[in-house]
Amino acid sequence: MSTDYRPMWKELGLDLEAHDALLGVLGPLHEQTFTRQPQRPEGMKYFDFVMSEVHGLRIKELVDARSSGRKVVGSFCTFVPEELVLALDGILVGLCAGAEFATPEAEKYLPRNTCALIKGAFGFALARVCPYLAASDVVVGENTCDGKKKGYEIFKDLVPNLYVMDLPQTKSAEGRALMRAEFKRFGTYLEGLTGKKLTADALKKGIAAVNAKRSVMHRLGKLRAADPSPISGLDGLLMNQIYFYDDPARFTGSVAKLCDELELRIKRNEGVAPKGTPRILISGCPMAVPNWKLPAIVEKAGAIIVGEESCVGARGTQALTADTGKTVDELLDAVVDRYLKIDCAIFTPNASPVEHVLAMAKELGAQGVIHYGLQFCSPYQIEAGPVEKRLEKEGVPALRIDTDYGQEDIGQIQTRVEAFVERLRG
Amino acid sequence: MRSAGIDIGSRAIKFVLCEDGRVVGSTVEDTGSDPLTVCRRVLDGLAYNRITSTGYGRHLFKEHWPEADVISEIKAVAKGVTALVPGCRTIIDIGGQDSKAISLDASGKVQKFTMNDRCAAGTGQFLEMMATALAYTREEFVAAARRASRAQKLSSMCSVFAQSEVVSLIARGAAKEEMALGVHESIASRTAALAGGVPVEAPVAFTGGCARNECLVSLISAAMKHPLRVPESPQTVAALGCALHTAAEGR
Repeated sequence: MSTDYRPMWKELGLDLEAHDALLGVLGPLHEQTFTRQPQRPEGMKYFDFVMSEVHGLRIKELVDARSSGRKVVGSFCTFVPEELVLALDGILVGLCAGAEFATPEAEKYLPRNTCALIKGAFGFALARVCPYLAASDVVVGENTCDGKKKGYEIFKDLVPNLYVMDLPQTKSAEGRALMRAEFKRFGTYLEGLTGKKLTADALKKGIAAVNAKRSVMHRLGKLRAADPSPISGLDGLLMNQIYFYDDPARFTGSVAKLCDELELRIKRNEGVAPKGTPRILISGCPMAVPNWKLPAIVEKAGAIIVGEESCVGARGTQALTADTGKTVDELLDAVVDRYLKIDCAIFTPNASPVEHVLAMAKELGAQGVIHYGLQFCSPYQIEAGPVEKRLEKEGVPALRIDTDYGQEDIGQIQTRVEAFVERLRG
Repeated sequence: MRSAGIDIGSRAIKFVLCEDGRVVGSTVEDTGSDPLTVCRRVLDGLAYNRITSTGYGRHLFKEHWPEADVISEIKAVAKGVTALVPGCRTIIDIGGQDSKAISLDASGKVQKFTMNDRCAAGTGQFLEMMATALAYTREEFVAAARRASRAQKLSSMCSVFAQSEVVSLIARGAAKEEMALGVHESIASRTAALAGGVPVEAPVAFTGGCARNECLVSLISAAMKHPLRVPESPQTVAALGCALHTAAEGR
C-alpha cells in the first residue's frame, strides 16, 4: 500500500499499533502463499492488488460511499441476501474472521472450545483491527449454528449496531415461511436504515448485479474442470474470498477477464501443473481470508484443488435468483427460493450436499475429496462422517481434516495430505 | 543395487539398507534434538545407490540430501509390511507421536487410513509420560502392567490430564501396577476406535516402536478381536518400506 491510510484507520477507530501488527503478518503471508506459484494467470494481478489493498483502497471506497449517503452492511455469512442490500443502494461486505487475533481477549467472552471462525470474529472486533467492521453501519448476525447464534447475544455489546436475522433449520414449507418473513423484515429494516424504498425495479437491479457475480463464478468453476488445470486452487479460493469484499460490478468484470485468459490457456493446453496431476475437491467449512492453510499444504503436496464446495466457494455462489417477478413480493419469493437452496449444514436433514459434492467431483474430474472441518464446528464435523462414507462407497477417496487457524498441526496435516495424494496416484 | 531407507521419527531415527531387495543392515538411534547430525552419523561411510526418506523429518532430510525420494509414513509402512506379512490387509502403527490405522487392498495398496488427532493420546509419547509419572522405566512399566490382575481405569485420554489423574490416584493409594495396566488399556481401546475408521480385514499387522510392547500387543488384539502379526523388527518397518520403494523405483 503506497498511500498512507493511517489517518483513515484512526478516524475509523482502529487500534493502529495492533492493526500494523496484523498487516505485518497478512502482507508477507499473501506474498509467500500466492506470488511464488508457477504459471499464474496474468489476470490474478488484479486480485493480488485487491488483496494488497484489502484494508486500504477498498476501505477508502466504503468510507467515501458512506459520505455520499450510502450504507455499508457487514456480514459473516452467505445467507445475508445481497440482492436486498444492493436494491437499497447499500454495500454488503464480509467481516474479518479468518485468522487468530487477540484470542485471549476473545476467550474472555467465549469458551475455549468455540470454533476458530467465531473466535476470530470476536478477536478482530475486540482488538479493533477489522476496518470492515469499523466501516459498517450495521452488522447482520444470522442465526445459523449454535456457536454464532449464542455468540451474537454477546457480540451485540461489542459493536454499535447488530441486526439479528433468524433462519430456518429445515427446508420445509414452515422453514420457507420463516425465511420469507425474515427477509421481508430485513428489507423493511434496510428501508429504514437507508431511507429508501424497496421497489420492484431496484430489487431487479440488485438481483441482476448479484446474479452476474454468481454467473461469472460459475463460468470460472467450469473452466477449472480442464486438465491441465488453468489456475491453482489457491487462486480459485482467493477469488472466492474476494467475492465478499469487492465492488460487485468491478469484481464481475475482473473475473470475466481472467476467464477469457483461462479459456485461451485451455485452448493452448496450458496449465499451472502438468496434465494428470492429482485433482482434489475441497468440501466443508468456509475458509475466510487469510485462511489458506489447508489449500497451501495440498498444493505443496503436488495435487491441485479444482473446486471448493464451501460457503466461500460453490455453496456460496450456487444457483441464481429468478428475476421474472413483477412485484416486490414476487421477487422476494424468488430471493427466498434461491437462498433456501444453499446446502448449509445447519439444515436438517441436509440431504443435498453429498449429491452436490459427488456431482462437482464428477464435473471437475476430481479424483478425491478432502472434507475440511473447523474444530468445534458441530454441524460440519458431524456431517463429515456420513459424507465420507457415502463418497468412499461411490468410489471417491475421501479424507477428513479437522483443524483450526493454528499452525502447530501443519506437520500432521501434511502427512495425511501427502499420504492421500499418494493414494490418489495409486 | 543398494537401496536405502530412512525414517526420521519424533523419537527415533530408523535406517535400513537393502541389497537387491534383501536387508543387509539396519540402525535405530534416538532422534534427540538434532536429527540431522544423527542422520549424518547413521549414513556415515555407507555406500548406497539411492535413498528414500519418510517420517516427520522427511522434508528436512531432502533439504540436505536433495537426491532423496520422499514418501509419507503411511505409504512407507504399507510397503514394508507387504514384504514382511504377505497378504496383509490392515496395519496398526503406533510410533512416538502418531498412531495410524491403514487398510490395504489385495495388492498391498493403501485404500484408506486414519490417524490420531494432533494430541499425543494413544501414542508412544503418552506411554512414556505415564511411565515417568509412575516412576517406572519402559521395561518396568510393561512388566508391571502384565503383573496386574485388574486395571485402574483412567478417565482422561489427554496426556496432560491423564498425568495429573495418575498423580492424584497415587495420592489415593491406588496400586501402581493397576494404573500401568489402565494406561495400556486406554491406548488399546483408543487404537481399536481409530481402527474403526477403516475397513478392518485379516491379517492385521502391528508395527511401529510400540509394537515391541507385548502388553499392548495382547490388549489391542483383544480390543480389535483380531490376532496381530508383529514383524520381527516392528520399529524399522517404515524404513524398510522406504528402502524397498527406492529399489522398486529402480534408481
